[in-house]
Formats: sequence, structure tokens, C-alpha cells
Amino acid sequence: MRGTVRRDAVIGVDAARAWQIVGRPELLHHWFPGVDDCRVDGDRRTITLGTGLTVDETIVTNDPLQRRFQYRIAGGLVTEHLASVDVIALTPGSCLVTYASDADPAAMAIMLGGATGGALAELRRQLESGHGPALDALDTAPGGTP
Amino acid sequence: MGRKILFVTTDQQRYDTLGCNGGTLSRTPVVDELAAQGIRYARAVPQSVVCMPSRATILTGQHPDTHGVWMNGVALPVDAPSVAAVLHRSGYRTALVGKPHFEPFLDPFGRFVENRLARDGVPTATSPWFGGGDGPHRGFDHLELATHGSVGPLHYARWLAATHPDALGGFYPVLDGDFEVNAAGGGDTGAPQVKDNPVPRDWYHTDWVADRTIAWLDGLAADDDWFCWMSFPDPHHPWDPPVSEMGRVDWRDVPLPAGYVADPAERTRILDAKPRHWRLWYDGKLVSNYEAPARWVPATLTADQVREVNARNAVEVELIDEAIGRVLAAIDARGWSDDLDVVFTTDHGELQGDFGLLFKGPYHVDGLMRLPLVWRPAPSAGVAPATVTRPVGLVDLAPTFCAAAGLAAEPWMEGVALPVDDHDADRRHPGRAVTVWDSELLGVDVHLRTITRDGWVCTTYGPGTVHDGTEGELYDLADDPRQQVNRWDDPAVASVRADLVDDLRAQLRTPRRPRLPLEAPV
Repeated sequence: MRGTVRRDAVIGVDAARAWQIVGRPELLHHWFPGVDDCRVDGDRRTITLGTGLTVDETIVTNDPLQRRFQYRIAGGLVTEHLASVDVIALTPGSCLVTYASDADPAAMAIMLGGATGGALAELRRQLESGHGPALDALDTAPGGTP
Repeated sequence: MGRKILFVTTDQQRYDTLGCNGGTLSRTPVVDELAAQGIRYARAVPQSVVCMPSRATILTGQHPDTHGVWMNGVALPVDAPSVAAVLHRSGYRTALVGKPHFEPFLDPFGRFVENRLARDGVPTATSPWFGGGDGPHRGFDHLELATHGSVGPLHYARWLAATHPDALGGFYPVLDGDFEVNAAGGGDTGAPQVKDNPVPRDWYHTDWVADRTIAWLDGLAADDDWFCWMSFPDPHHPWDPPVSEMGRVDWRDVPLPAGYVADPAERTRILDAKPRHWRLWYDGKLVSNYEAPARWVPATLTADQVREVNARNAVEVELIDEAIGRVLAAIDARGWSDDLDVVFTTDHGELQGDFGLLFKGPYHVDGLMRLPLVWRPAPSAGVAPATVTRPVGLVDLAPTFCAAAGLAAEPWMEGVALPVDDHDADRRHPGRAVTVWDSELLGVDVHLRTITRDGWVCTTYGPGTVHDGTEGELYDLADDPRQQVNRWDDPAVASVRADLVDDLRAQLRTPRRPRLPLEAPV
């Protein structure tokens, strides 16, 4: 059975600022608690979880105009999966970030949903405080903060 | 030197499985003797009928609306109040051995401390306490953890994998390939969550919990004060006790439980008089609790399957009783017995054939709500043996531990130290217990609020997937001990209903906001 879980957070920074992190798939482990490492090769991303488990993902959308990032977990834990992260401008100084997890089996959607909730909380913490490893990585990475 | 406290919990155990409560299927001489020496509670009520909210209530001494663990899969914040932390700060050595379940088990990201301890090879973790200081995880300076089955990140599973890898496959696989609670049947009858387990008894988690408890106690100094929560994962399903022990109870000799309604027509008539989700679950059309196998239809449950489940459950209960006896003997050998308080209870019950159902869910009836609870105060305290018939709650345990330790209850604790007899109950205990259920699982939500008082159990329903908020249940525990006649709409007891509903609403706590997130199915 398929399940869907959506988490969201209102973050007190411009959408463009939030997208700088969300749209950089190689930075995931800097703001997603429980992801210890992350490697990107083209449209392939491999993440290492806190349990040591590695998960292969396919990036299916990385659209800076719509500020939408989507990826699929490739096999293993799931029969089917699609994650969608959207950054939506609310005001010049705030945005809504949603993180949706659709998965079969449904129990996996709930587990992923719980983890994405923690990720959004950490994303908000870093962006609103102006400090944190994702921002540090952004500043030092090629194509980082202008 | 103060009183030592051995707090024993089981998981999902019915009131009527103990000899001291009238049970005849299992032999429980150790707990029966504790009851004879101490206080037996005839109406102990959980504040939730699933593990995580109920265990959070035990640890915090708070109702679920206050501590915020509103369903399984919601993690108790690490800085939540903890009676273990109170005891630790007053000088007690503190341990939790066995099943914790304050944090979700299904945790592929390894985000939760309980799931990381065994991997990290540490007995506890430094965590923030409610007071703002730092200390061991939830106030426990030693944790050795186990749950049902042989897989997962906790200490027992890792120990078994490291030392007896051949035994792993003998256990029932709790989850299926879709991470759903497994519906596969086994044993002689094909009952769900049943398997013949060839694991030697010494390697089974019940004996492991006792062994590790004794090992921790052995490391204490003679003059240490200590609080040990010994938390057995059984008799919660799966029902896969060591096959070597199955000869204790032959399922063919097991009588059907009094709550089992043999005639299917009568059974569905009774269910149809209850709110809709009862019958919908029975027919396999609505599952509102992850821990009830989604692919299992209760209407398919046979009488023989009920017998076999009850037999296996009885075996598990006996093994626990014997394990407790071993721990008590070890304590006695240390010379601590005269100053030892023992509290025995469980987190919630099990339907175990009542109404033709198994497992648990949003069903506030005795199978899930009437718990075994025995408190044997330290003999040095000179408390006379008694039976308390008035309702008490698991929310009362935290202040009871404080009282045994000579400490005042903390202001955030919402219960009252357990009464030692009915007179004491009438004098200082509220005489009522409140139980709540909230679940939102894959588009299905269910909300119950229940009060147990004056020989009645009264449940109101909030609006949800299959309820409009006007439904209710009302049972007279004296005339209808198996809750088969729902009197919610009986005009003869309208005033009783109105009084109970008013009282229930007055007792409810303000739900924690913002609501804690659902992190995992369980």
C-alpha cells in the first residue's frame, strides 16, 4: 500500500536564500539529521544514514525557477518513492518549505516523513540563525553564496 | 540509606493472567506472593492503551495530553520530565533494562538515542534534563535495551546476533517485507503472530532481561540506593516463546476466554451496538492502529486460534514470573529485601479473544484497560497487605516512586501516590482514571476520551474518519463485566452518562501545543 506524508515549515528568510541550500543536493547531510554523508554524481545521489545504511537516489527535478527539488529512492527499501521539496515565497522575508514523501510501502512514507520533519526544523534553525554547517558549506562550495 | 525500588513492567498483559487476579491459565507464584504481602489493585487503568504514550505517562507522571506523546510513533522529547531523573538527582543509581519505547523503533536514520546506544557501545547518553542541566538519558545512568524479536538496533538483538546468530531466524518476524506488522500465521492453528521458536530459553529476551538486571545489581555497592525499571517485552505479540517451554500449557486444554463470544451472529450484534470502528475493524475494513496487522481480518479468527494464542501468552507470563523470582533471589542474596519496594504492572492490556478480536486499538474495554498492578512496599515500611478496589492509574506511579524514596512528588506530576487501601484511596485519591486515544494513520483518525469511575466506564468520541463526535460507550462494570451492553443511549442511565461526561470533560488536560510530530509508525 502506498502512503503520502507532507511536512512544512515557514522560514523567516527569502525564498531565494532557502533555495540556495535546498537546490544543492550535495549539501543534504548538512541539514538533514540522520543523514551522515552524501555523494552526488550527475543525477545520482548516494546518502549514508545514521545507521550506516546507504541509499541510492535519482534526482528527477532540480528546478530553480519553480524552486522545486524532487528525487526518488532507487529500490531497496521501497517499491516506489518520490520526494518533493518546494520552496514557496510568502513575503520578501519569509517562505514556506514543504517536503512531501510518497512511498510504497506506506510505513516507509511515515518513517521518511518523520525524518523530513526533523530536516525542515534544522533547515529553519540554520537559516534563521544565520549559522550552521549547511551555510558554512554553502559559503565554501563552488557556486556558493554570492 | 533509603528504600530500593524494583519496578517491573511487562508489555500488553491482561489483568486476568495473574493467579492473584483469578487467572488459572498461568502459574504466577512470584507475583502472587508479592500481592499477598503487599497491595493488589483491582482497577488499575492506563492513560493510553498503546505503548509509547503509556510508557511516557509512567516515566513523566503526566497524562498524554500533557507530555504530548499522543500516539505510537511520537517521540517523548529528551528533556521531558522524568521520575528516573528525580531519583537520580537525589542520589539513586538508576537503570532501565529491557523495553524502553520512549522513542520510535523504526528509525532507519538512527536519529533516536535509544536506537544508538548499542551501536555506540555506551550504557547511556548525556541528555538535557527537564531542569536544564545535563545528565544521563532520561535520568537513567544505565540502559540495556530489548524489544520483541531478534532484529533491530537494541542491545538484545545485537547480543543475540553476535553470540547466537543461528538463533535469529527462530523468532517470528515482527514486520513483513512492507514494514507492516506481520499477519502471517503459525503454530498449530495458523494464528497470526504465532511461531514455534527453537531458541533455548536462556537466550530468550525474558531471561536476558533478568540476567542483565542481575548483572547491573551485582555492580552496585551494598549501600547504594537504586531504582531499576526491569521492562520485559513479553507477553506482547509475537507469541513465539521458546518451544522447549510449550509443554507447560497445551492449547487444546485452554478454555475460551469469558469475553470471547462464540456465536458469530451474537458477536456481530454486540459489535454493532458499539461505535462503527469496532465492526469495521472486525470485518477488515478499517485499521486504525499500526500494531494490528493491516492484512489480518479479525473475523477470520477461530476459537482454536484464540486458544493457542492464550496458551502461548500463558507460557510467556510464566517465564516472566520465574525471571522475576530469579531477580528477587539475587536481591535477597545482597541483603536488600527488607528495604525493597517492588511494583509490578504493564503498560496496557490485550484483547486476546474478547469480542473475537486480538491485539489492541481504540477500544476502551477491560481487555485493554484493566491492568495487573501489584505494589509490595518495602517490608521495613510496615504497610499492611490490602486490595484496592478504587480506580488508580499508571499516572500515579511516578509520585509513588518518589514517596518510596522519601521524596515529595514534583509539581509537574499529575497523579497521586498509590493508595495503600480503599480507606486511603477515599481519603486522598481522586477515585477516577482518565484514558485517551488519538490516532492519525494514513488518512484515518480516531479520538476517544474515557473516564473510569464509580463502577462505570464512559467513553466519548471526537469527530474522526468514521465518527461524527456524537458516539459514545457506557458500561456498568458490575452488571456487565465484559462490556457487552453499550448503555450510551439507554435513557435509564442518562443522568449517569451526563454526570460522567461532565466529570470527564473537567478532568481533561489541555493538549500540548504545538503538537509533537509523528516520527514513525511505531
